Amino acid sequence: MNDFNRNRAVDWALKLYVLLSFGFIFAPIVASFAFSFNVDRFPSLPLGGFSTIWYEAVWADPLVWEGLRNTLVAGAVVSAIATVIGFGAAYTDFRYNFFGKTVYVALALLPPTIPVVILGLAMLAFLSSIDLSGAIYSVIIAHVVMCAPFAMAICRLRLSQMDPSLEAAAWNLGATEWMAMRHVILPFCRPAILASLFITMAVSFDEFAVAWFVSGLNETLPVKVLGFLQGQVSPRINVIGTFVFLASMTLIILAQILLIKRSASPAAATNTGAVPQ
Amino acid sequence: MRKSITFYGLTLSLPMLVWQVLFFLAPLIFLVALSFWTVQNFRMVPDLNPDNWTRMLGRGVFWQAYFRTFLLSTSAAIVISVLAFPCAYAVAFKLSETARRWAIFLMVIPFFTSYLVRVYSWQIFLSDNGIINALLAKVGLGPFGMLNSVFGVMVGYATLSLPLVVLLQLFSLIFVDRTLIEAAHNLRCGRLRTVFEVVIPAAKVGLVIAALFCFILTFGDFVSPLYLGGGDPPTLSILITDTTKSGQQWPRAAVIALTMIATLLAVAFATVSFAYRERGR
Repeated sequence: MNDFNRNRAVDWALKLYVLLSFGFIFAPIVASFAFSFNVDRFPSLPLGGFSTIWYEAVWADPLVWEGLRNTLVAGAVVSAIATVIGFGAAYTDFRYNFFGKTVYVALALLPPTIPVVILGLAMLAFLSSIDLSGAIYSVIIAHVVMCAPFAMAICRLRLSQMDPSLEAAAWNLGATEWMAMRHVILPFCRPAILASLFITMAVSFDEFAVAWFVSGLNETLPVKVLGFLQGQVSPRINVIGTFVFLASMTLIILAQILLIKRSASPAAATNTGAVPQ
Repeated sequence: MRKSITFYGLTLSLPMLVWQVLFFLAPLIFLVALSFWTVQNFRMVPDLNPDNWTRMLGRGVFWQAYFRTFLLSTSAAIVISVLAFPCAYAVAFKLSETARRWAIFLMVIPFFTSYLVRVYSWQIFLSDNGIINALLAKVGLGPFGMLNSVFGVMVGYATLSLPLVVLLQLFSLIFVDRTLIEAAHNLRCGRLRTVFEVVIPAAKVGLVIAALFCFILTFGDFVSPLYLGGGDPPTLSILITDTTKSGQQWPRAAVIALTMIATLLAVAFATVSFAYRERGR
């Protein structure tokens, strides 16, 4: 850009504004971290003494452990199912053209645009009418619906970086479709598949609304947090929040590293050596 | 490319179709049927009775909640878009490539932190003896009642949607043709005027879509209006959770949910056609 109309003061003001925006976004996250170590029950400034009593309280709470177990089971199963069907749908969109494809893709990608309360109510009513509500698998069923679109988007993005003729080359060299899938497509998509596993797991870890509707007595950890929120002030929310934040961030950073590393060197992904360049 | 239907192709494409038809489409269709059911002796009975519709739509409370929700979400879409724009603009045009990448990465983080925990955290900030009032008291101001007010709801809505709005705006601003801006500057068009007459029209579709997403997200949110806004008078999403959780009045909750879907579809359709209007010229 040329220098006419450039004004250092305006530039700095804008940059300051960016910092302020990040301040607004990260203030609650940082505060929750800070107050989780605060000794006082009622949070205020200045901070009371440093303490881990709330961590001990959470550690000793069997309800939290039960919620955590449900969350982990749901997260693991959800990420596996969502990634498998998301990858299948991404590959379908990548390779095939058929009548009604727009409807297929729309149906696959639509769930995140429906408000969670509506989704929650619809799932609760439907699942309880076929006797599938109030259990951990109800949460799994609902979360797969919500997570599969993310898995599909991530895998589709990776597939769009692939030269379609790679697969055709494998067929010409005598590979069946399944062999080409196993030796060409899957190795190429591996970073996206792993990233999708991590990200769908993180989404499932944090989802509270639909889980609240359908889980019945088998509450996941975020649903327990919603319960704490309805009760009185409790620093335990900060502790659980900090824990869930660290877990989710680990998953996201792993996913990010996988995606950045692989897309920076696309050739590295075809490490089976099966594909002549 | 081979086009015939094969076992291979179906194995890959059908699971998504089956899952979403069974567990996404079917529940939504079931919701329509449910809205005509009746409740007798605390049990739901399949029926084709329009009673739920006439009863819900004939209630003052319902319409009060409806307009309150609509007004709150519309204000949120406008206010948050305006607040997000300078940030997205600065990241798009004033930061280096590396800094921009970091900014995008940081903006993605909030999506993977618990919204509930952040709302709880805002309660600590905004309550009458909370952090902000404690700081204001040091300079002799306040205390201000920020919790359980429209301001509190807006803070919550911004927590929910600001990162997404900034990201969507950013992605449309990045693709604005820089030569257009240079041309405007060469023609001695002022800074602000360039923003309003060159940058914003060029990025219009993305900016409108960002506001639409803000509307959709906040329209369905029950956490901020309840825990930061006090929940009284209720919004539609609070009505749904109350009606569902307080017993067997699911058919009435279904009526509220379907009204919300209809509203969202209408708003989305109107917004998208507004976004793409005049593009053909």
